[in-house]
Amino acid sequence: MQAELLAIFLQYLKAFAVGGGICLIAQIIINFTDLTAGKILVYFMLAGVVLTALGLYQPLVEFAGAGATVPISGFGYLLANGAMKGAERGFFYAVTGSLTAASAGVTAAVVFAFIMALIFKSRTKRN
Amino acid sequence: MKKGNTIFFKNPPRILSHAAICGSKETEGILGKYADVTLEDDMYGESTYEKAECKMLSAAISLAIKKSRLGESGIDVLLSGDLLNQIISASFAARDFTFPFLGLYSACSTMSESILLGSALVDGGYVKTAVCATGSHFASAERQYRYPLELGCTRPPQAQWTVTGAGGLVLGSGQKGVKVVNGTMGTVCDYGVTDVNNMGAAMAPAAAKTIVSHFVDTGTAPEDYDLILTGDLGALGSRILKDLTWEKGYDVSSRHVDCGEIVYKVIESEFQGGSGAGCSATVLNAYVLTKMDAGLYKRVLFAATGALLSTVSSGQGESIPCISHAVQLEV
Amino acid sequence: MTGKTRENYNENYLNYVKTQDPPTKHLKNCASAFGVGGLICCIGQFIRYMLQYAGLTGDELAGSTSVILIFLGCLLTGFGVYDRIGRYAGAGSIVPITGFANSVTSPAIEFKTEGWIYGMAAKMFTVAGAIIVFGVFSGVIVGLIYFFI
Repeated sequence: MQAELLAIFLQYLKAFAVGGGICLIAQIIINFTDLTAGKILVYFMLAGVVLTALGLYQPLVEFAGAGATVPISGFGYLLANGAMKGAERGFFYAVTGSLTAASAGVTAAVVFAFIMALIFKSRTKRN
Repeated sequence: MKKGNTIFFKNPPRILSHAAICGSKETEGILGKYADVTLEDDMYGESTYEKAECKMLSAAISLAIKKSRLGESGIDVLLSGDLLNQIISASFAARDFTFPFLGLYSACSTMSESILLGSALVDGGYVKTAVCATGSHFASAERQYRYPLELGCTRPPQAQWTVTGAGGLVLGSGQKGVKVVNGTMGTVCDYGVTDVNNMGAAMAPAAAKTIVSHFVDTGTAPEDYDLILTGDLGALGSRILKDLTWEKGYDVSSRHVDCGEIVYKVIESEFQGGSGAGCSATVLNAYVLTKMDAGLYKRVLFAATGALLSTVSSGQGESIPCISHAVQLEV
Repeated sequence: MTGKTRENYNENYLNYVKTQDPPTKHLKNCASAFGVGGLICCIGQFIRYMLQYAGLTGDELAGSTSVILIFLGCLLTGFGVYDRIGRYAGAGSIVPITGFANSVTSPAIEFKTEGWIYGMAAKMFTVAGAIIVFGVFSGVIVGLIYFFI
């Protein structure tokens, strides 16, 4: 029991360290260059795709769990992983595999954004 | 009469009345005590930010007219502009009035440009009275020039905060009121700053150029003024301005005040201070002109600065051309 | 932009401006980015454990975790909380998937005043569209490379 709890705690710690580390790298890049938020998101997603294709991201996911899948590079991992799995099944699936894997995220973003736009109004801010 | 870039008015037009409206955040700063209307709600009871901005501008214009006691029929022309695409706030505000409207765009220096042009029209005898007004709204400017409001992005330390507010004044001839003695037309100045968050650094050279050419044309020195008021350079831009004018042999540091720097109460949380067309418009109309009416300042050089960029030009990697027009105000 | 001499002057001025720049608070920025980013990932891990407990596995588990995180991101954006977190946390709230949700929801809420179709729907992906475009494109390339080798 105690060992199990320790393993869970360790998993949280790993997720925190790796997830925080990815954000830290992004913050350092923002601090030293004038990249905007949109560009950072694209570059990190592309980095996730490339690292996954090279087989480097999978071990990180296994190590850190949500720490590697929650940052946007995890989205890239999802896309590349889908494409790689699809490639094993044939040409058609190689092309469609990436978006199929990411469909949950994109669908959720569109649907929830739509609902929020129905409910909420834009408000100005003061600080 | 014209000398250099400065036009001298034969019969200096007078500022018959002035009015300003400012938003809730601005109310907490120095403007709170001086503005005619302070808004609790930045939406001003409207459904969109653009409509709110338009209503603010329209209200500032009608307030200024009301305070001048001329009535709408006594006004010959409205000179106005704002920051939004196709200056919609100014044009839509002009819809509420029966007198003619001349739309201007000079970004954040619209206030001084409109005073300069209005004074020229009045002094030339072409019109008896002219209304000059401009305004801006934080949310509409943010939406047009930057990101949606709810997007969680950080503001870099150079960034400024667009002032929610509008100001207007009525120019005419008479015995009372602050005189517009002369005005220096600015030249467009581009030193190659491309960072859209660093407006102060982009605009400071334009301000320095206009202020220095004003000193040369009028044969005055910084010490001759009680106040040298720039528009929205912010804390960083003001430092640069002082350096640039010092380099030309003029030490403005003891006289210089920047509207953006003083408009908010706590400068740290707003980074460099306020910006936008409404910044100089509200500070001038609410604070400076009230003090001048009371005789606290005798001679003020008002040089609002504007960054003439658009989202398209900055997207294409263009640098930011800037302009500054100055008018000399005297009691 | 005419003349070489002027460009030379620009360079001097730009260098001078750089020396005047207010200092970026590197340590504070990085610490808050690390902390908030790590915290969001821990929330993700927590959701993952809960769903695992509920009996989900594999792709379903990973997908449901991101759906819930995206929902939280959208909700906080709707309440106007996320931009406040973003101001404090910087990259710590941009990089996690909740930041993606924020970048979709914020224009949707913001631009609905311009109409539902050309405003809300068309502008929804003004920021996040780039992620989808490059994501799909790079995904297809990876798929094709893996198919042909």
